[in-house]
Amino acid sequence: MGMTMTQKILAKACGMESVKVGEIHEVNVDLVMVTDVMFPMVPDTLEKMNCDQPHSPEDVLVVIDHYAPAPNISSANQNNYSRKHAKRYGFNVIENQGVCHTILPDMGYVSPGKVILGSDSHTVTYGALGAFSSGLGVTDITAAIATGHLWMKIPSAVKVVLTGKPADNIQGKDVILNVLGSITAEGARYMSIEIVGQGLKHLGIDDRFTMANMAIEGGAKNCVIEQDQITREYLEGVLDEDFEFVTADDDAVYDQVMEVDLSKLTPQIAKPSSPDNVVPASQVAGNKIDQVYIGSCTNGRISDLRKAAKILEGKKIHEDVRVFITPGSQEVYMKAVEEGLMKIFIDAGAFVNGPSCGACFGGHFGIIGDGEVCLSTTNRNFVGRMGSKKGLVYLASPITAAASALTGVITEYQEAL
Amino acid sequence: MEFKGKVYKYGKNVDTDVIIPARCLTTKVESELAKHCMEDIDADFASTVEDGDIIMGDTNFGCGSSREQAVMAIRGSKVKLVAAKSFARIFYRNCVNNGICPLEIKDDLYDKINHKDLVSVNIRTGKGHNHTTGQDLAFEPMTGRVLELLQEGGIIESVRKEMAEKE
Repeated sequence: MGMTMTQKILAKACGMESVKVGEIHEVNVDLVMVTDVMFPMVPDTLEKMNCDQPHSPEDVLVVIDHYAPAPNISSANQNNYSRKHAKRYGFNVIENQGVCHTILPDMGYVSPGKVILGSDSHTVTYGALGAFSSGLGVTDITAAIATGHLWMKIPSAVKVVLTGKPADNIQGKDVILNVLGSITAEGARYMSIEIVGQGLKHLGIDDRFTMANMAIEGGAKNCVIEQDQITREYLEGVLDEDFEFVTADDDAVYDQVMEVDLSKLTPQIAKPSSPDNVVPASQVAGNKIDQVYIGSCTNGRISDLRKAAKILEGKKIHEDVRVFITPGSQEVYMKAVEEGLMKIFIDAGAFVNGPSCGACFGGHFGIIGDGEVCLSTTNRNFVGRMGSKKGLVYLASPITAAASALTGVITEYQEAL
Repeated sequence: MEFKGKVYKYGKNVDTDVIIPARCLTTKVESELAKHCMEDIDADFASTVEDGDIIMGDTNFGCGSSREQAVMAIRGSKVKLVAAKSFARIFYRNCVNNGICPLEIKDDLYDKINHKDLVSVNIRTGKGHNHTTGQDLAFEPMTGRVLELLQEGGIIESVRKEMAEKE
C-alpha cells in the first residue's frame, strides 16, 4: 500500500521500508526546539531520567521568544534560569531573533524530510517545507532530548487539494481558515494534513507557513505541504546543503479528501472563540473593533507586512482603533525598515513592536481589556487568549486586518493589490 | 499484562477538566489529585474506586488541555487501564509515558460492558471476560513499543534504562 508524505518521512526516520497507519515506531529525531515557556521544566526532567549527557546537544535549540523581552520579574528570572541551564548542557540558545517558527526556517534549520519536535503546539509550521514537525509536552520533549528518538504512532491523513487561482485579496490565512471551518477543531485528530494541488503555485512560501501553522487548530499531529519550485527557491536561499523533496505515493490512502477551489474563495474570518468558527468576512462586516494586531508566527512574515503596508500607505487608521504591528523576526523587521514599510505603518498611526510572541498568547505588547474586540492575524481566539476573558478575538488575514484598521469595523478588502 | 477490576463507564468527550478540575491543580501530589478525580461527572468515583479498577469512555477521551495532572489523578486513583473508542492525542501519550495503559476499543466491546461490571482483560492476547455478565471479550491486542513502555513503567523509566545501558 502506498504512503503519504508524512508516512514516508516517518518510515525513513525509523529505518523502515514502509509503515502502516496505527503502527508505533521509534522515530529518530533530527532537531528539538524548546521555547522559554517549557524549558524551565526540562533540567529537572533530565535529572529524573538520570541523563547527564543528552544525545546531541548541538541539535537542541532553546528559543527565548514568548516572554521576550521579559515583561515582569518572574519571567526575567525564568529566562535567566533557562539561559544558565541550556548552556550547561551545551544547547543552542537563540534570543533576540524573533518567534521560533519564523526564525527556524529562515536560519536554515528546516529541510524536506527532517523530523523536528517542538515544545510549542505550532511546531507544525515546518511542514510548509516538507518536514515532519509536531508539538509535544515536556516529558516527551525531554525524552527526545535525552535519547535522540521518540515513539510515534503512524498517522492517517486528511488530503486537502487546492485548485484554481485565488483573487488578490486572498492569503494563505483565508485558505486554512476555510479548511478549519470545514473539518472542525477535532477533524484531523491523530492525523496529518497533506496539502497538495495546482492551486499551490499561486500561494507563496509565507502563505504556506501560515497554512501549516494552523493545522494544529484542526487537531492535526502535523501538516506537510507538497513541495515545488517555490519551495526550491526559498530553500536555496537559506540552506547550504542539498535537499530532496518528499512526495506521496500515487496509491497513498487518505481518510478524507477535500477540495478547495481558490478561485471561489472569499476572505474568511474566525469568530470568537474557536479557530473553526469560520464564516466569510462579509457576514461580520461592519462589526466594530477596538484593536488590530498584525504579526505572530502565523502572519508576521515580510509578505504579510508588505500587503498590510500597501493598504495603509498614505492613509490614517481609524481614530477609535489601536493598531499593533509585530514582525515575526529581526530579519523581517530589518527588511520592512529597508523597504520603507515601517514608515508607512508609523505614518498611518500604527505602533510597531519588536519581534516577539507578544499579545498573541496574552503575554504583553498589546493585550486586550474587558469588553474589547480585537481583529488579529494570530492563530487562536480562545476565551482569554489575548488578555481579558471578557474580550473577543476575531482571526483574519493581514489584508482584512489592515482594511479594517482604516474603517474601525470588520471590512472585506475588495480593491486590487 | 493483565488487568482485573470493576469498570467505571462514561460517555463521549470526557475532557481533562472533568478528570481533574482546574481548581484542584494547586498540588502535584497524586493521592491529593485522586480525591477530586472525576468528581464533576461522578461524585462516587473517588470514594468507591479500588486498586486495579478500570475507566472506560466513548470517543475522544482526554480531550481539552494538555495537563499531565489528569493522568496523575488517574494514577493516584490506582487505575492502571483506561479503555476508550478513541483518545485525544496528547492525553494518549501522557498515559503511556506515565505507565497508564490507554486501550483503544471498538463499539461492541463498549456495548458489552456496563457501569461497575467486574471485568478482566489481557492486553497482550486481546482476550478478556466480563465476570458480571459471563460474556467473553475480544479486542485488538497491544503490541510493540507502547506495550514495552507500559511494561517498563513509562518513558522516564525507559530513558533511565537506556542511560544506564550507555554507561
